[in-house]
Amino acid sequence: MYKQTVIVKLDVGLHARPAAYFVREAGRFSSEIHVIKGTAKVNAKSIMGVMSLAVSKGTEITIEATGRDEQEAVERLIGIVRGEN
Amino acid sequence: MSIGVKIDELQAEFNLEQINKDLPLDKVIQTSDLYRPGLELAGFFTYYPVDRLQLLGKTELSFIDSLSPDVREERMRKICHPEVPAICITRGLFAPNDLVNAANEVGVPLLRTLTATTKFAGKVTDYLEHRLAPVSTLHGVLVDVYGIGVLITGESGIGKSEAALELIKRGHMLVADDAVQITQVTEGELSGTAPNIIKHLLEIRGLGIMDVMILFGAGAVRNKKNISLVVRLETWRENYPYDRLGLTEETIRIMDTELPKLTIPVRPGRNVAVLIEVAAMNFRSKILGYHAAEQFVTRLENSLEEKE
Repeated sequence: MYKQTVIVKLDVGLHARPAAYFVREAGRFSSEIHVIKGTAKVNAKSIMGVMSLAVSKGTEITIEATGRDEQEAVERLIGIVRGEN
Repeated sequence: MSIGVKIDELQAEFNLEQINKDLPLDKVIQTSDLYRPGLELAGFFTYYPVDRLQLLGKTELSFIDSLSPDVREERMRKICHPEVPAICITRGLFAPNDLVNAANEVGVPLLRTLTATTKFAGKVTDYLEHRLAPVSTLHGVLVDVYGIGVLITGESGIGKSEAALELIKRGHMLVADDAVQITQVTEGELSGTAPNIIKHLLEIRGLGIMDVMILFGAGAVRNKKNISLVVRLETWRENYPYDRLGLTEETIRIMDTELPKLTIPVRPGRNVAVLIEVAAMNFRSKILGYHAAEQFVTRLENSLEEKE
């Protein structure tokens, strides 16, 4: 398992469109990926899950992946929430 | 992250009067147990549970009244331990001066309710148990099928939401899509609800996000439902020994609760919604005392015996 904690830098946070993009990118990896905010932990490949967290700018989230491409997946997704695309 | 209930939340919920008005109500209760400090008032402080909300009713207050002034002052000081989250006087009774002074000194909030002690204790315990129950989020879809809370799980893209949509079309109710907030009120009882933002919403690939309440009406949604059965959808595996009889019962552990679990293989041509519907009906029939697989075994045994 590989995980990393990050502060969300996207201006609108994980708003609908950024969330959809985030989930689509997560779906490209075969690893099982989770997003954790506080006590809530959701599947990163689920748009409803990610949106239910209501992640705003400045929020700290942890991205955690388990599988063949875990490190790659976490780094890619961390890049997205940092606004690096 | 620790959970707790702040005293001001408790005050607002039960409309409590604050006797020592200047104190901030930011102490936190972390246990749902309450305490009536009877033995403590008599001088036995060895096991005084200071983390609980302390209740003083008619019995306690009359006893305090009967104490001599010196003893009363000393006991009130000890009752007002700095860790006590709050002390609540019931039946709208009068708070003894010594108690008010001691509470002010160490900063223990003094509250008052008009309700009688036992009734109040029941309500507060109930409220605290709900608020302090462990919460977690699960990936899955929760539907109410014939009154049975069915949690559909499985990998992303297996067709959980599509199955839910078909179930809704068949008159069942959606509780939460893809992210289910689960509260364990007591061991063996898991209550599921949707996170507020995605309440009543269903996401279907190719269609997008839909509001089930608008499309199908108020009868198609439910805000809260206890989970009774977990159905796991998975891709059909060739030569996998799927359950053919229904005699062995698998379970899954969620928080501290064991729930019955069925694994349903998905492949084109299998109507998953119907399977879930029938699984729920079969589960109900088991609750009502009829177990089809066991009945079958008995019938088979009888028939084999006859032949011998």
